Amino acid sequence: MTDKKTRKKAATRKTAAASGGEARSGLRRVVITGAGTINALGHDVETTLQAFREGRSGISQLDFRDVERLSIQIGAQVHDWRAEDYFNRQQILLYDKFTQFTLLAAKQAVAQSGLDFEGALGLSAGVVLGTAGGGLNTWDENYRAVYEEGKNRVHPFVVPKLMNNAAASHLSMEYGLRGPAFTVATACASSNHAMGLAFQMVRSGAAQVMLTGGSEAMLCFGGVKAWEGLRVMSKDACRPFSANRNGMVQGEGAGVFVFEDYDHARARGADILAEVVGFAMSSDAQDIVMPSAQGAERAITGAMRDAGLNPDQIGYINAHGTGTAANDKTECAAVAHAFGHHADRLMISSTKSMHGHLIGGTGAVELLACIMALREGIIAPTIGYQEQDPECALDVVPNEAREAKVDAVLSNAFAFGGLNAVIALRGV
Amino acid sequence: MTDTIKNRIKEIIAEQAMLEPDQVTDESTPEELGIDSLGLVESIFALEEEFDISIPFNANEPSKSEFDISNMGTIIAAVERLVAQKAA
Repeated sequence: MTDKKTRKKAATRKTAAASGGEARSGLRRVVITGAGTINALGHDVETTLQAFREGRSGISQLDFRDVERLSIQIGAQVHDWRAEDYFNRQQILLYDKFTQFTLLAAKQAVAQSGLDFEGALGLSAGVVLGTAGGGLNTWDENYRAVYEEGKNRVHPFVVPKLMNNAAASHLSMEYGLRGPAFTVATACASSNHAMGLAFQMVRSGAAQVMLTGGSEAMLCFGGVKAWEGLRVMSKDACRPFSANRNGMVQGEGAGVFVFEDYDHARARGADILAEVVGFAMSSDAQDIVMPSAQGAERAITGAMRDAGLNPDQIGYINAHGTGTAANDKTECAAVAHAFGHHADRLMISSTKSMHGHLIGGTGAVELLACIMALREGIIAPTIGYQEQDPECALDVVPNEAREAKVDAVLSNAFAFGGLNAVIALRGV
Repeated sequence: MTDTIKNRIKEIIAEQAMLEPDQVTDESTPEELGIDSLGLVESIFALEEEFDISIPFNANEPSKSEFDISNMGTIIAAVERLVAQKAA
């Protein structure tokens, strides 16, 4: 028994070393073999990437009940969402909008990967997703029913619909993913934390395949009203890194990816979108809302170290870039310090200017821009950019997409609460 | 009436700053009183609740807001103006 185990371990190590080259002993390489999304820019990956190429904004007037009572009335909303186009009556009763978004994005991702989780693969496959608000529309609708309308009865599925793990659980049921399954909540870094953990699980051999990403559906009266209170929202546009930026704009939607063991993907001849090569997380341990450049920098350098990449190998960073005064200057300071002279040569853009800030789902949609940079050599722009800010003196790819060949990229996420998560990808 | 408003504003700001109301003068700036950005947002909320007014303030561009937060004197003047507008 012991002999067998040792032999198997040694064999695995050999495979990883042979195929990975730089892969560390015992660690597997992790690749992305499927991607899916729905967000304000489109109901699938290709439409979203086309918006990135065109520098098109998905931000518009919000449309939902009681919107006239809000002082912030813009957002990157999925306007033409009709759940009945995708789900039957019973499913709609059970799925909050954040779960609906997740299921739709996952369907695209799994279809692209060509995987079938029947049989043994399902036992070594799992799901880890990020969300900050979970079933916030369900909370909102039912609080309204009991408080405003004075009802004394709510639908029996309120709890299974609103819980933050609902989307992860439904994905596991939909595809028979019987390995690790859970949900991560780290506010605006939720998706990056989720994808980082999924990466670590496949890399360590704890799972062969993980569905991962995140979802958010916070665009309802209560969701936006809560954000208004902080006074960090813009009333007109999201202009990351621009000197005249005046706040963030909320978005909604989901992004889901298939993270797969490289050898498994190669053996079945799968189309590989990109390789996930590094991940790091850090905590500022400082302030519940104000970000720290040191905390962000530790996550950035940590991800490069984990990936075995030198700073000068990074060609593009998808920024957290919220468009608030505090985030953008702090993030630029962190990047400038982490990269030294190379900071002037790399490109850094914030696609939140187009798809808005999807809060717990944002890192997932932003990973699409990273994959586009690696696969197509097109860098998504920071749109809405109008005035240079000396505190954000980096190449932010203003207003127009750019053709550039990049070999490795980072995706930043820095959350309220001082929780930072950075992912490194490389082309394959 | 104006004196009452002024005193009430000072009490609210003093509570936020964990000071006595008489330690808050017209010349005091939020920084001098030890009120950080989150404290400022909280103070503005408390003033809105107290006087039932809406204060135009965006934490991203405090200097561009119509609500001048340079010091206690400007804050008091702005609140008094909003209270008067509401009464009119």
